[in-house]
Amino acid sequence: MHGHEVATSEHDEPIANPGLPEHLPRPTDVDPEAEKRAERQVATLFGLSALFAVLTCVAYFTFDIGEHTDTFLGMGASNVALGGFLGLALLCIGAGAIQWSRKLMSDHEIVEYRHPASSSEEDRSEAVAALEQGLEDSGIARRPLVRNSLLGAMAALGLPAIVFLRDLGPLPGDKLAHTVWKKGMRVVQDVDGARIKPEDMQIGQLVNAEPEVFFENNAEGEPEFEGAELQAAKAKAAVILVRMHPDDIKPWKGRENWGVEGILCFSKICTHVGCPISLWEQQTHHLLCPCHQSTFDLADNGKVVFGPAGRHLPQLPLAVDSDGYLIATSDFTEPVGPSYWERG
Amino acid sequence: MTTTATTNGTKPASAGKPNKAAGVATWADDRLGIATATKKQIRKVFPDHWSFMLGEIALWSFVILLLTGVFLTLWFKPSMGEVVYQGSYDQLRGIPMSEAYASTLNISFDVRAGLLMRQMHHWAAMLFIAAMLVHMMRTFLTGAFRKPRELNWIIGGLLLLLGILEGFAGYSLPDDLLSGTGLRIADGLVKATPVLGSYMSFFMFGGEFPGDVIIPRLYTVHVLLIPGLLLALIGAHMLLLVYHKHTQWPGPGRTEQNVVGYPMMPVYAAKAGGFFFMVFGVVSLMGALMTINPVWRFGPYNPAEVTAGSQPDWYMGIAEGLLRIMPGWETHIWGITLSWNIFLPGQIGPIALFALVLAYPFLEQWITGDKREHHLLQRPRNAPTRTAFLAAMITLYGLLWAAGGNDILATTFHLNLNAITYFMRGAIFVIPVLAFIVAKRWCISLQRHDNDKLLHGYESGIIMRSPEGEYTERHLPINSDEAFTLTARNRDEVYAGVNGTDVNGVEAPNARIDETRARLSKAWFATNVQKPTKAELEEGHHHAEEELEHEHALGLDQQADGHQFDGRHDVAGDDLTHKH
Amino acid sequence: MRLLTRKITARLSTRRRSRYAAPAVLVAALLASGGLYMTLAPANADKTSDDSTTISEGRALFQVGCASCHGKNAEGIVTKKGNQYGPTLIGVGAAAVDFQVGTGRMPMAQPGAQAARKKVLYDADEIKALGAFIQSLGPGPAVPESEKYDVSGTSNENVVKGGQFFRTNCTACHNFAGSGGALPGGKYAPNLRGVSGKHIYEAMLTGPQQMPVFSDGVLSPEDKKDIIAYLKKNEDTPSYGGFTLGSVGPVSEGMFAWLVGIGGLVGIGIWITSASARSKKTITKGDA
Repeated sequence: MHGHEVATSEHDEPIANPGLPEHLPRPTDVDPEAEKRAERQVATLFGLSALFAVLTCVAYFTFDIGEHTDTFLGMGASNVALGGFLGLALLCIGAGAIQWSRKLMSDHEIVEYRHPASSSEEDRSEAVAALEQGLEDSGIARRPLVRNSLLGAMAALGLPAIVFLRDLGPLPGDKLAHTVWKKGMRVVQDVDGARIKPEDMQIGQLVNAEPEVFFENNAEGEPEFEGAELQAAKAKAAVILVRMHPDDIKPWKGRENWGVEGILCFSKICTHVGCPISLWEQQTHHLLCPCHQSTFDLADNGKVVFGPAGRHLPQLPLAVDSDGYLIATSDFTEPVGPSYWERG
Repeated sequence: MTTTATTNGTKPASAGKPNKAAGVATWADDRLGIATATKKQIRKVFPDHWSFMLGEIALWSFVILLLTGVFLTLWFKPSMGEVVYQGSYDQLRGIPMSEAYASTLNISFDVRAGLLMRQMHHWAAMLFIAAMLVHMMRTFLTGAFRKPRELNWIIGGLLLLLGILEGFAGYSLPDDLLSGTGLRIADGLVKATPVLGSYMSFFMFGGEFPGDVIIPRLYTVHVLLIPGLLLALIGAHMLLLVYHKHTQWPGPGRTEQNVVGYPMMPVYAAKAGGFFFMVFGVVSLMGALMTINPVWRFGPYNPAEVTAGSQPDWYMGIAEGLLRIMPGWETHIWGITLSWNIFLPGQIGPIALFALVLAYPFLEQWITGDKREHHLLQRPRNAPTRTAFLAAMITLYGLLWAAGGNDILATTFHLNLNAITYFMRGAIFVIPVLAFIVAKRWCISLQRHDNDKLLHGYESGIIMRSPEGEYTERHLPINSDEAFTLTARNRDEVYAGVNGTDVNGVEAPNARIDETRARLSKAWFATNVQKPTKAELEEGHHHAEEELEHEHALGLDQQADGHQFDGRHDVAGDDLTHKH
Repeated sequence: MRLLTRKITARLSTRRRSRYAAPAVLVAALLASGGLYMTLAPANADKTSDDSTTISEGRALFQVGCASCHGKNAEGIVTKKGNQYGPTLIGVGAAAVDFQVGTGRMPMAQPGAQAARKKVLYDADEIKALGAFIQSLGPGPAVPESEKYDVSGTSNENVVKGGQFFRTNCTACHNFAGSGGALPGGKYAPNLRGVSGKHIYEAMLTGPQQMPVFSDGVLSPEDKKDIIAYLKKNEDTPSYGGFTLGSVGPVSEGMFAWLVGIGGLVGIGIWITSASARSKKTITKGDA
């Protein structure tokens, strides 16, 4: 029977199958004392389990959490007690059941016979015959017009299934290419919105910064940006300010006036897959991303010097406004963050 | 030779005094006809070996995930709407955060047993995937994926993939800094897809990252879609296991046509059920004593914040490693950007690896030409090429894992971060090859040792010194059970291929592919050591008997314990002289 | 006119006064005036820059322990290849000295990528003297006063704000729990646990080695205090979920899942399926 072959080749077996090994009794099989002991052991385990289950409930009501958490050896007492007692309760049931099976249940091996995975020949031919009968009745083989039009109709039904998902999200358009930065917007410290003057920064300093608009309210007194909108805008507009010795900076043509007295502003969003970067090594001028270790040289226009990033870090041109605070002179001149197909 | 054991009852069941249980059973059977299935399955035989329990770890972990997961859903709020936190955790009070994060803090600090359930859920998830991986390795090493179980292997591979996706969705739900960073990276991966990347990203997040719908969407995936698929696939996996019956190790009394072991009721029900409670208990103790995912220390997700040591959970470690060691190759051409540095390690790499895993049974079958059903397992040493292949894959997996944690390695072992990355770029190609060679040679040497045992017996530790001064070790024959076990395997048959040309000189179709197949098959089995033939065994036994006679003739079969001349015991009566 | 009514033949005090009375009075007067001066004089005594003896002590200590790398006048030493052997310390300020020497980083055991925290080799007075010497070379940040880093009176709002600053400015290098992190080329951002508030303040102020400077002009002293308050609060907070496993995130969690979880469960599986003890006795009762 081709295909039904089971892998045996007994005719060339050098050693014949000696059959099931003789069953040797366990102490609990022959010694009533040992058997009683094992029974007591199993029962004790089950009993302990019940005890631990009760202790778990006691712990639930005894130990406080929240404002005044009880502690135990520097850890949360409620968590340790609940999990510890529950764990012991479960382990004891498990151990009891397993000891029962190992010591007291019959340990004679028994044999069951396999059957081939395939069905018998008669079943196969009957199945084929039934299928053929059904197909013959439907006439699908003789009626290509009916069959093809059915296939066409089923395929067409796939279209609404796909089209109904259109409103999952808006089309990207050119949203990825712009941020909220624009000419004259102040660069302020993240978290508290403090404005920054160049003389406040020292050589070697790093400031994690945002556009001031994130800290402003609109005409109704509500924040300009909040909730999901703030998060989305922050995910592109977050920047860092770094101050280096002006002699160390080697700007590209056209970027000579993008810094202010050695202060440069770069996008905080890594061009690899978008993690925020602020591991600034003040002596080497390298900026390291903690996610995949892309390293950028900020003294050299954010060029990639190590790691999997494919593009330099975008730079924001800076100036100083009439009050002496740092401002941006325009939006970024290229899309920030991870690359995408139509980025160009 | 093999008989049904006496513990299976020989008397038919007789109707005794009617009791409550019988009443219930009759009621059920009248409506469901369950007796037929019960009679077959209730004493179903399960072979006993610790390596068969690895899949059970995964199964029971899944049950624990369901139980703890339901608990969590009673308090978790899958919403990205902004709230100001006013709960018990001091360090975050007054900060705006998503409802998802706030409700996770609530579960951790203001719901008793909440933190325990969160930690148990996460530990169980880690164990679920780890157990699937270990189970998969066992199945691979022992050849249990061969016909008729290839489909079960594929189902298992799908379960592994779904488990990984489920885990990622799950730990992203709290919307904390670490998992939000992971979502950011996922978004970057999606954006790098050629042509459709930005569209897919906007559709996934409902707009620009991070949007306000990703958490509710992941929630539905995590509690409904994937668990449903997992349950269905686990059901199919178990059904096939019941139908095909479990594989077993070769041994006395075991053949390809039977299963030897213990019955489901009561032994295996007790062992497997007990193991469920053990897994549950271990997970519980882990949740009690080991902190996992302390989201309150990460803070709510903020796209301008990040923590050093940002890694995904361990099961995504290889994708992370691939991303870290990939050089920054990007092509900017004709107004488009092709990010090889993200697309290759983040999408192509994992997909190719997964496809290789799923296709493996068919690849091996094609190379070896083995179309028989197999129910007896192979010892890893008896399939050296397959075992060596797994050794290489495990090495590759481990190296990528280490690459994914390169910054933790750097700080823990005071290494140079950049050096680790450069090392890994070369190592992932070189070291798996070395592992392959070493593993294969190791297997072959173990096979040779087995054959030595069969032909010459085992080393007894008794050193003989001949009159000429030669030292030898006496070998004693191994018992018949062990000898049978060592020989209960098939001889390897190299695929010969069809003849190149037929009678009329016409080349067979697919001749090239067929030739490649024959060559691969030869390479696959090339250096394997086959078990000895009957003739060789007889010769070996004959030789051993001769040796024994020779020793007896020389009087060397009396043991000397070495204390004959040091006065420790009386040597009177010991006969140590030569006998001719 | 006569003021005294009786005839004085000798001075009254001749028989009362001991011959040590005069020196005793003199010493008492000196002690009194010195003590009064000490308690009542304006508190200028701490200003190290004023005290020239402290500066010269500092210079002497510097020549012995620091000049071999930093130069006799702290001007720095450059190697033949142009690499920095020991940077110039002119203008780094007493705060930098207090941080580097006070945490044991300086003197470095050997030149290398990073100065590691180790045993402190100088006592408080010596550190003060060294700081005074460096401060005298060029103006730089002074050692902060204790109210700048004493967080005993901070409110919870400060702690919360400090956490926000910490996660924005610090966690990228030092990790969410202050456990530290890797930097390129064998350098690292160290663990912050167990570091005094003063040293944390000084590190932010002076930007040691590769750490950026967070000057008071942008990250104000109140902001710095909030950060210190957050860190100290975290040190006192119990580890709610059990052992912290190092607080380095998923890498250590995965390791424990495999070692403890899978290792333990495989061990239990081996126990379940292992052969149990056999008895040599024969069966004395009927089989099951």
